[in-house]
Amino acid sequence: MKEGFSRRDFLKASAAGAAAAVGGGALVGMSSKPNRTSSGTVLAHDGHDEDAMRTVGQVDHEANNFDPMEILTDFDYGEVSQLDNGQTLREYEIVAVDKEIEIAPGVYFPAWTYNGRVPGPTIRAVEGDRVRIRFANAGSHPHTIHFHGIHSASMDGVPGIGAGMINSGEQTVYEFDAYPFGSHLYHCHAIPLKRHIHKGLYGAFIIDPDPEKYDGVAKETAKTRNHQYPENAAVNEMVMVMNGFDTNFDNDNEVYAVNSIAFAYMQEPIQIAHDQLQRIYLVNLTEFDPINSFHLHANFFDYYDHGTTLEPTLKTVDTIMQCQAQRGILEFSFEGFEPGRYMFHAHQSEFAELGWMAFFEVTGE
Amino acid sequence: MQESQLRTPRIAGGTNLHTWALGVIPLVLLAVLVAAFVVFDPTAMLRAGFPPVEELTLQRVTLNADPRTMTVNLVNGGPEPVTIAQVLVDDAYWVHDVQPARTIPRLGRATVEIPYPWVEGELHEIKLITNTGVTFSEAVEVAVETPQPGIRFLGIFTLLGIYVGVVPIALGLLWYPFLRRISRRWMNFFLSLTAGLLIFLGVDALEEALTSAGQVPGAFQGIGLIVVGVLVSIVGLIAIGQRLRASGRSKSGAQGRLVLAYMIAAGIGLHNLGEGLAIGAAYALGEIAMGAFLVIGFTIHNTTEGLGIVAPVAKDKPALRNLAIMGAIAGIPTIFGAWIGGFTYSPVLAVLFLAIGAGAIFQVVYELVKLIQQESEKDAGTLLNLAGLTAGLLIMYLTGLFVAA
Repeated sequence: MKEGFSRRDFLKASAAGAAAAVGGGALVGMSSKPNRTSSGTVLAHDGHDEDAMRTVGQVDHEANNFDPMEILTDFDYGEVSQLDNGQTLREYEIVAVDKEIEIAPGVYFPAWTYNGRVPGPTIRAVEGDRVRIRFANAGSHPHTIHFHGIHSASMDGVPGIGAGMINSGEQTVYEFDAYPFGSHLYHCHAIPLKRHIHKGLYGAFIIDPDPEKYDGVAKETAKTRNHQYPENAAVNEMVMVMNGFDTNFDNDNEVYAVNSIAFAYMQEPIQIAHDQLQRIYLVNLTEFDPINSFHLHANFFDYYDHGTTLEPTLKTVDTIMQCQAQRGILEFSFEGFEPGRYMFHAHQSEFAELGWMAFFEVTGE
Repeated sequence: MQESQLRTPRIAGGTNLHTWALGVIPLVLLAVLVAAFVVFDPTAMLRAGFPPVEELTLQRVTLNADPRTMTVNLVNGGPEPVTIAQVLVDDAYWVHDVQPARTIPRLGRATVEIPYPWVEGELHEIKLITNTGVTFSEAVEVAVETPQPGIRFLGIFTLLGIYVGVVPIALGLLWYPFLRRISRRWMNFFLSLTAGLLIFLGVDALEEALTSAGQVPGAFQGIGLIVVGVLVSIVGLIAIGQRLRASGRSKSGAQGRLVLAYMIAAGIGLHNLGEGLAIGAAYALGEIAMGAFLVIGFTIHNTTEGLGIVAPVAKDKPALRNLAIMGAIAGIPTIFGAWIGGFTYSPVLAVLFLAIGAGAIFQVVYELVKLIQQESEKDAGTLLNLAGLTAGLLIMYLTGLFVAA
């Protein structure tokens, strides 16, 4: 005979429910006052730490000599001059160096870097500018720089073509006109490719559209995207390079992040004003995994795949995915939102829990 | 000629102070060399450029309920200190606390406390990541609350020990009246059968020891532990046997056979200590469900051990007291083993106990063969004796099928 749900079971369950309600009240009381400490090493003893999924300790950004908060808005416009034909020339210096970096508190990774940071400097130019990159290899292995853009075969930065692989102690110059406008990237193309990318040799490469080349609405949009126009200054622009680190070299990442440091923007949320347009240049350079993704909480954004259009390629979405080297521009605003912390992260939960999880702190009324 | 003349007086002089001093000189020089190495560190040149070798062994994962936490006990068995930078559970970074310190010296121990809401009956993987990015992981195959030392689990492990060790051996001893009544020829058959049982048990203990040796941190040299355990127990039992026989009044067989029976009991006891250890640990870690079938299997398997103890003395009418003591020596260690395994499982201890057990059993087999040789008067290798040995091996193999967990 099948037993029903006995009265005794019911009493037990409701007693547990009452206890949970009391406990839940205590939890609400707790969460209004986050149990966050500066050292981040204090353990909660109640077993319900809402802040438990994280790293313990702090990364020493000074020792790394780069700060993920600064990388967000650190654009390298190059050394600007005028060529005889009237074209703007932008000259950049990039040096490949071996450097140990701290990617999660206490976890050191023997990286290969451009200019001592991962991701490398964010190269920013304007559509049609002449871009000249002086590249020196001070690292222990041969390297190149391969730009995603339009250029000649000899400037492609791949082994065996043009200057090919640049040996330790040697240098070369990569030169081309900046086309097409968009959110791009560069990376080392020396072989073995997988190792050279995941060791840290990559960065964002942004080409602003030239408003003079467009009319009407497109012209106005181009102005907001071009760093030389005041319309652009009104937009809060951020660079986010999604990456990962395989610390034990088993072809599987132990750490995921945007801009290298696990949970950096969880520990220190990115402050954004509620009434300002937000623009993210998002680039995926995650090695070993086929895709990475970006999910914004409580809000939606417009997405420009590759950033090569002035009209969104996807409107009103809250999640996008990118394969390796895919990139795009996200635009959104928290106008009219309640101030507070809004989460964003990879919506592969695994990546999120391994470090690619972050907060915007929306400020103002 | 001259040489021998030179040497002779010194040898004749015996081990005087002067001789001992000669023995100490190399040790003094070694101490000076070690001191010089510590001070001047000439190996720094050799080390440069090599990444540090890190080796952590996660020895035991304890799951606590209320609140749900995981406790990891680990040992640094590598040549260099290791620093734990972060802890991941199921591929998620998690808050944790490392005691006494994040940097664990060579052969040092540490405890990592993780407040992780583990899920009953499911698999969890704990991964430690060191400051150089090397990872060490340990899987909890089936998450169940780890027994805490207390009346309830003490009772459970005691019962397990009684079922698996004490009861079957007591049952086996009840063959005594039967063995008394059979002829000498058949007695030798059963002694041979005992030898077969013991050989199987010895190999079983050795195999368990080798398996456990794989979990022993490198610096503790699992295989080395086995060599030491096996040989020390053999040598120890030979010494004990000689003393017992020498002290015995009757140089005749009876005293010798009683000693042999005691030695068999001790060897089986050590084996059962290891078996209890394994059962207790597996139960505590949720790796085996101690179903009725498995307990019955162990009971059947171990009943033959009682026969092995009583066979050598069956014709001697030993005091009942002796039989009881031997039964206790062989069976009760299972209970202790289950306690130790259940509450503080350590692969190092397991290897050591199993190796000592294996050594003891092999020594006892040797004694047993000698006994059969004496009793058979002519040749131990009769067809009946060989059949007995084979039967012993087969019985162990077949009853072993019941405990294939």
